[in-house]
Amino acid sequence: MTQAPPARRRRGIAGAGAVIRRRLLVAVPVLIATSIGMFLLGAASPIDPAKQYAGAAAFTATSENLAQIRANWGVDDPLPVQYARWVGNLLRGDLGWSTSRHEPVTAVLGSRAGWTLLLVGAALAVVLVTSLVLGTLAAYRRGGLFDRGLRAAAYAVEAMPVFWLGLAAIALFALTLGWLPAGGLTGITSTTTSVADVARHLILPVGVLAVSQAPWFLLFVRDSVAESLRDDHVLAARARGLPGRTVLFGHALRTALLPFLTLIGTHLPELVGGAVLVETVFSLPGLGAVSVQAALGSDFPLLAAITLVTTAVVLSANLLTDLAYAAADPRVRLDG
Amino acid sequence: MVRSSAFASRLLAATGVLLLAACSSAPAPAGSSEAGSTFVVATAGEPDTLNPVLNFGVDGASLIFDGLVTRDVKNTLVPALAVELPVVSADGRTVTAKLRDGVTFHDGSPLTAADVVFTYRAVLDPKVDSTLRSDLEMLTSVTAPDPATVVFTLRYAYAPFLQRLTLGVVPAQLLSGQDINKAAFNRKPIGTGPYRVESWTTGDRLVLAANDTYWGGKPANRKLIVAFVADDNVRAQRMRAGEFDAAELPPKLAAAFDTAAGYTVQRVPTADYRGVMLPLGHPVTGDLAVRKALAVGVDRSAMVTGVLAGAGEPAYGPIPPTSEYADPSPAGKPSADTATATALLDAAGWAPGADGIRARAGQQAAFTLMYPAGDSLRKELALAVTADARKIGIKVSPEGLTWDAIDTRITKDALLMGFGTPYDPDFVSYKLFGSQFAGQGYFNPGSYRSPVADKALQDGRDQADPAKRRAAYATFQQQLAADAPWVFLTYLQHTYVVKDGITGVSPRVEAHEHDVANSLWWNINTWTRQ
Repeated sequence: MTQAPPARRRRGIAGAGAVIRRRLLVAVPVLIATSIGMFLLGAASPIDPAKQYAGAAAFTATSENLAQIRANWGVDDPLPVQYARWVGNLLRGDLGWSTSRHEPVTAVLGSRAGWTLLLVGAALAVVLVTSLVLGTLAAYRRGGLFDRGLRAAAYAVEAMPVFWLGLAAIALFALTLGWLPAGGLTGITSTTTSVADVARHLILPVGVLAVSQAPWFLLFVRDSVAESLRDDHVLAARARGLPGRTVLFGHALRTALLPFLTLIGTHLPELVGGAVLVETVFSLPGLGAVSVQAALGSDFPLLAAITLVTTAVVLSANLLTDLAYAAADPRVRLDG
Repeated sequence: MVRSSAFASRLLAATGVLLLAACSSAPAPAGSSEAGSTFVVATAGEPDTLNPVLNFGVDGASLIFDGLVTRDVKNTLVPALAVELPVVSADGRTVTAKLRDGVTFHDGSPLTAADVVFTYRAVLDPKVDSTLRSDLEMLTSVTAPDPATVVFTLRYAYAPFLQRLTLGVVPAQLLSGQDINKAAFNRKPIGTGPYRVESWTTGDRLVLAANDTYWGGKPANRKLIVAFVADDNVRAQRMRAGEFDAAELPPKLAAAFDTAAGYTVQRVPTADYRGVMLPLGHPVTGDLAVRKALAVGVDRSAMVTGVLAGAGEPAYGPIPPTSEYADPSPAGKPSADTATATALLDAAGWAPGADGIRARAGQQAAFTLMYPAGDSLRKELALAVTADARKIGIKVSPEGLTWDAIDTRITKDALLMGFGTPYDPDFVSYKLFGSQFAGQGYFNPGSYRSPVADKALQDGRDQADPAKRRAAYATFQQQLAADAPWVFLTYLQHTYVVKDGITGVSPRVEAHEHDVANSLWWNINTWTRQ
C-alpha cells in the first residue's frame, strides 16, 4: 500500500506514494478525534453498564453489589482517566476488556470482524459487477423493455427494507423451495467450518445485501452511461466506426466510471449498516449484533475499537477510491 | 455439509419432504442412530458467561454444572452433588451438606468440599463481578471440615436457604489464584453436569457433548447444540425449515405451529407475571379506591386471549397459583367488573366530568403508565390497561421509555413490571413489597408500606415450619390484595415448539428468566427420539 509499483506509476497514478503518506498523516488525528468523540457520546448516555450487565438480576441485586461491580470496572472514574487508561492500553497493543461481552476486545473483533468483512466484501463485489453490466446494457437500449423493467425493479427494491427482503428470501429459497439454508454460518450440526458449507450459507445473505444495495448503483451507472453515450468523444468513436461493444464498454462506461467510484466511497457506510441488519436476519455472528450490545451496555472499549476499525476501513476505502480514480482517468493527478 | 453434487442428485431423487430434510444440512438421514443422538435447540438469549459464579444457570438446570441440590419436574428440591438434602440446625443458622461419593469434573478430577467452598467464597468476594452476592447476603462463611462435608454459617435464619444451593459448583483447582472475571474458564468451563462444553462460537452456537461419566447416569443423547437466534421471526422460520428440534418462540409465532404437521407446541406455566406498579405517593394512584377500581376493572381474560394468544392466565398476586404458598382468596373475576369498579370510584367521590374522565376536588383521575419501549408484550398490556381504565373513567397515558428514562421516574409514575420466580415467595416479594426497601430503585419503587405485610414477609423468611410459612404468605397475599399497590394482570406461559417424535419432554413451572438453562430442555439429557 505504501509504495505503488513503478509500472503502475508510469501508467498514470502520479504521486500515489506522497498521497498515501499525506492521508496517513490526516488519518491519525481523525482516529484520535473519533475515539474522543466516542467516549464523550458514551459519557452522555445515562445507561448504567452494571445494570446492563446484571440483566434481570438488576431486580434482585442490591445497590452496593452493583456499585462494587462498577468500582471493579472503573467505569465511574472521570472520563479523562478512562480515556487515558484506554489509550495507554492501546499503545501497549491491548484493546482492553469488553464489559458487555466479558472477553478481551481483540477476541471479540477477531472472532467477528472477519465475517462482517467477508459479507460486505462479497456483497460489494456482486453489486459492482452486476450494476456495471446491467446498468450499461440498460443505457445502451434506453427506453427499451429491458431498461424499463430494470428501472422498475430497482425502484421497487429501493422501497423494500433490507430486513423484509431477508425474511422474504428465507421464505422463498429456504422454506418453499428448500434450496438454501435459512441462516447460520454453517450447518447447525456440522462440527467444522468448511469453505463449501460457509459459502452455501452465505449465498442468501450476500445476495440479499447486494440486492438491497444494488438499485442506487444500477440507476447511477445506467444514467451516467446513457449521458456519456452522448459525449463528443463517444460520438466520435462511434463515427470512427468502432464496434458497438468497444464504444459502450471502452469509451462510454469508462467516462461514467469516475463518478461511480466516488459513489462507492460515499455509499460504503450504508453498506455496513445494511450488513448489520442482514447479520441479524441470517443469524450470522458478525459485528452487527455485538455493536448494538456494546452501545446498549456503554461498553467503551469495545465501542471504541469498533468505531476505530470502521473509521479506518472508510478512510482506506476513500483512499483506494482516489487511487482508482487516478487509474481510471489519466487526467487526474493526485499530487496536483 | 451437503455438497452441491450430492445435493443435485438428492434433488432428483427425493420427494418434497425429503428435500427439506436434506437441506437442513443434517449429517445423516433422520432416524439413523447418529442423527438421533444430537439435539438442536434454539433460544433468543445468549449467556455472556458460562460460569455459575458469574450468574450462569444458577437455578439448577445449567446442563454443564450441578449444585449441591437441584429441582425435579415439580420444582421440589432433590439432592444433586449432596448425597441427601443438606441439614439445617435447630436455630436455622448452620447448614451442613454431605457430598456424594465419586463425582468427578469433566476433566476427571474428583469433586471435593474444597470446590464447593471455593465456589461460594468466590461469589462473596467483592473483587468478583457477581450479581449473586445480593442473593447470598445472609451467608457469613462456608467451610469444609473434611473433604466430604461443607458447612454454611448464616447471619440469620433464612428459611429458603436450601433453594440457594442450586448454584453450580466450579473446580477450585482451575480457578484459584485467577481473576475470575476474566478467566478463560468462563467461556470453556469444566463442571460436573451431564454435558461438557465442546465449543462456543459466540453469536452463533454452543456445542455440548455428553459426559459419559455423569454421576446421574450417561446422557441418552450424544450431543446438544444450542443455536443463538436473537430475532423471533428468524427463529420461527428456521424452526419451520427443520433446523431445530425445539425452539423458544413468542406465543403468537408459536401458535402458528399448532396447525403445522410434525410439531407440538408446549405452553409451559410460569411464575413470570406482568403487573402495573402504582406509586402510592401519586395524587391519583395513591388513592385506594382508584387502585381497587383498576384491580377489578381490568379485563384479564381479554389480555390472555388477545395479547398473549391464549398463552397465559390471569394474575392476582406475586405468588403463582402453582406454588405451594399460593392463597386462592385474592383471585377475582377474570373479566372486567366495570360495575364494581365504577361503584368504588363513585363512593370515593371521583365524579365523571364532561369528557367522561372522573375528577375529585379539581384533581383529574389521570396518571402516566410507563413501559419499556422495546418490549412489545408490555406495550400491548399497557394499551389494554389504558383502554380498560378509560371505560371506568380513568385516563391512563401510556408512555414507552428506555429503562434509563424509567429509572429516573420509577418512584413517581406507574410502571408495567414483570418478574417472578416459582421457587420461593421470599426471593422477589421480600424486597418488592417490604417497607424497608421503599423507594429504592427497582425494589419497592411505589413505596408500599404495610406493617401487616412486613411482618408476614419477615415470618415467611424466619420460620422453617412449612405450615407456618404458608400461613404467613396467606396473610401477605390477602393484605396485598386489600391494599392493591400493584394491579397484577397475567402470568405468562413460555411457549416452545418441539418436533414430534421426541420423548422425555417434561415441562416444569419456569421463572422469568429462561435461555440456555432453565428452559423446556432442563432435562434434555434424558430426551430420546422414537
